Amino acid sequence: MRESKLWAWHIVTAAIILVLLGLHMGVMHLGAILHALGIGAGHPTHADEVFRRSQQLFFMVTYILLLGAALFHGLYGLRSMLFELSLSKTAEKLIGGLCAVAGFALFIYGGYVAVAVFRLKGV
Amino acid sequence: MQNKLKNNLGLLGWLSGGRYGAERYAYALHRLSGLGILAYFLMHIFVTGSRVNGKAQWDQTMGFFSSPLFKIGEFMVYLAFAYHAINGIRLIMVELGYMVGRPGLPSFPYSYSTLRQRPLFVVVMVLAAVLMIIGGADFYHMMR
Repeated sequence: MRESKLWAWHIVTAAIILVLLGLHMGVMHLGAILHALGIGAGHPTHADEVFRRSQQLFFMVTYILLLGAALFHGLYGLRSMLFELSLSKTAEKLIGGLCAVAGFALFIYGGYVAVAVFRLKGV
Repeated sequence: MQNKLKNNLGLLGWLSGGRYGAERYAYALHRLSGLGILAYFLMHIFVTGSRVNGKAQWDQTMGFFSSPLFKIGEFMVYLAFAYHAINGIRLIMVELGYMVGRPGLPSFPYSYSTLRQRPLFVVVMVLAAVLMIIGGADFYHMMR
């Protein structure tokens, strides 16, 4: 039952990532083409452009959502692959625990960065 | 107690398609691309975290990653993303029972779910290739 729920979340987060990372990739990797065509703002990784995006509520919220969804999806995927190697129960528990701790820690760090940069607005 | 079969192939079981056809290689590539994206994503969290220290720190970080080697690496991640995302849509559709047809008694000429979803597989691969070409054009513009 627990594994079915985790699997369902794996699919739900995949759908969330598809939308949000699609948007992120569009901004980051179609930016140069749009810029060359005279559409859109400056280069996507220039500091002004990065901070302009990071200080908009929409981007701050979507960054945190994407961070959570991608961490769950990626770490659950890694855990599933490792579990297929017929490991002992102890090793499975250890891997599951490590993935959960790493996921929470990275989410807190990434979330802190997103909020802190958003709050730099106007400073 | 879960009823689990022992994986005697280990890591080779992930990569070898054996006699299972194109979808099995798509599965192996999906996992490989997933692992590559995860490795990049974990680094990406820390790299983009440098912006918390202001624009000067961000410019310094971006300067470090501006060499052609890193750009090629970034393009490889983009290719992995394009494949993983589009193939992932196919996997979700198949998981939810779309494009695989209804189960039925085997009758000649035999039709099975893998074969019935093959057109979807082809469309997905073409879409992934188109995304890769568009992304490649963007990287070419950025490198110039």
